[in-house]
Amino acid sequence: MGFFTVGIVQTALEVGLIYSLIALSLFVSFSILDICDLSTDGCYTLGCAVGAVMTVSGHPIAGIFAAMLAGVCSGFVTAILQTVFGVPSILAGIIVNTGLYTINLAVMGFSSNVSIFGTDTVFSLWSGLSDSSVWSSWSDFFLLLLIVAVVVILLNFFLKTRLGLSIRATGDSRPMVRASSINPNLMVIIGLCLSNALTGLAGSLIAQYNKMSDINLGTGMVTIALASLIIGETLFGRGRMLVRIAGVVAGAVLYRFIMAIALRLNVPTEAFKLVSALIVAVAIAAPEARRLIVFESRKIRTRKERMAKARQSREKEGMR
Amino acid sequence: MLEIDSICKTFHPGTVNEKRALVDLSLHLADGDFATIVGSNGAGKSTLFNAIAGSFLTDSGTIILDGQDITFLPEHKRSRVIGRLFQDPLMGTAPHMTIEENLSIAYLRASDPQKKSLGRRIAQSFTTISKKDEELFREKLSLLDMGLEDRMSTQVGLLSGGQRQALTLLMATIVTPKLLLLDEHTAALDPATAAKVLELTKKIVEEKHITCLMVTHNMTQALEMGNRTLMMDSGRIVLDVSGVERSQMTVQDLLEKFAQRAGEKLDNDRILLSSEKQGAGA
Repeated sequence: MGFFTVGIVQTALEVGLIYSLIALSLFVSFSILDICDLSTDGCYTLGCAVGAVMTVSGHPIAGIFAAMLAGVCSGFVTAILQTVFGVPSILAGIIVNTGLYTINLAVMGFSSNVSIFGTDTVFSLWSGLSDSSVWSSWSDFFLLLLIVAVVVILLNFFLKTRLGLSIRATGDSRPMVRASSINPNLMVIIGLCLSNALTGLAGSLIAQYNKMSDINLGTGMVTIALASLIIGETLFGRGRMLVRIAGVVAGAVLYRFIMAIALRLNVPTEAFKLVSALIVAVAIAAPEARRLIVFESRKIRTRKERMAKARQSREKEGMR
Repeated sequence: MLEIDSICKTFHPGTVNEKRALVDLSLHLADGDFATIVGSNGAGKSTLFNAIAGSFLTDSGTIILDGQDITFLPEHKRSRVIGRLFQDPLMGTAPHMTIEENLSIAYLRASDPQKKSLGRRIAQSFTTISKKDEELFREKLSLLDMGLEDRMSTQVGLLSGGQRQALTLLMATIVTPKLLLLDEHTAALDPATAAKVLELTKKIVEEKHITCLMVTHNMTQALEMGNRTLMMDSGRIVLDVSGVERSQMTVQDLLEKFAQRAGEKLDNDRILLSSEKQGAGA
């Protein structure tokens, strides 16, 4: 490997897989429903807090489902604010995000962090299934791969069902949805509940993965997830739904690798947020920049050719 | 079929922008009636359609469709029995979804929510498009005679305006609506495509015996299509001809009536302007 150690690759893969769930959450809200849901940071921390508290009390598996349910509740509130009460979607997300800070503290018993020790996590339960040495070092990765694979397959199936199609159409053309006797508000509510359930799932997994939960864990998460999503969508474009969904997961893993490179290049940890922001900016700007470069180079080339031709004809005249 | 009784709608009431868009308007359509509507811009044609479709609630009056009072029904519930086409061919379809997916969403209206339990409805919403549906869509698409039946997995955004409008027409009528609202649905198409979409409209409406309202700015169309012609002005229906009177009416007659209406407004404007000028001069 040289540049990368196995440890760095493994961590990038594992954390990338967890983050891919948040990227998929934004895939549902941002790409499918065309809604900018900024409650991601708070919802992720909520999932983390619920997951950690449940794990500490000895219910790691139930903790995952509880965290997803908490995510559903958070998404429901965001959705109700923007559908029934007409709050602009960005504002609704920010309001919920702000409120969640207090709720997250409350979930963790008004302490800013919770540590998991002495109790099993889903990862320790899973690694206990076998004794082989490969298994013991890679079991976390296999569990996360399994979870993400199941989510990808279920999401792909769901988006093909009548309900899934209706949700996709809601993000694509609201007049068409209303004309088809579908309540667009209901579709937004279901979509955001689903999206935030995925964020909650990611939160509960990171809590059990890191064996801790912190109130500031989610800060800037929406940027990271958006970066992953856009890397995925830029690279894997607008093909079949399954390719798009898998592309988002690949984008999240790729993002972690870019961060790992930054880490290897001794970028100080304080600069990480700036690096994230730069990656997002570059990922979003890349397609347009490429078009611009192609256009400019064609312009320069055409000009050169024209000048060469003019010179030639002038030389011919000179010879006469 | 459709009974509209003295509906009123005023936009921005009590402000300088107050606009009385519908004024005590009543309209009765019999089952199978096909009425064309003409009128100048701002006469209230689209507002009337919006009121019927439920884009907003009217200030007063009642709207009854096939015996059911729909005055306070939300738009998405009315659309189960009211099909609608807009002037903009991009309005009625989802561009990033395939032809098949668009049709299957339109076909959702086939299941009557009142006849099924909540559990059955939830179970149904998790089913995918069946082979049987696919066959139905293919068959219906072939009736459009545009070759769309072989492009079922093409994104609708890649189709031409005419193809999209024909698809929208199919989507609006795949489950036979009780009322079809056509809001200048061929105005944005080239003449040949417009004629084709109009022909399709005529065919589908006649075959399925759909009660229909069509806004048009084409006076020939207004007299040739359907069995009734209405003219709107300032939120009122000012002309309603059918039967012998309509068949004897020429485009010239209709244009004259139209110009007469428009002329009255023009005169009013002229009087207003000249008096303003005098005021400024003094």
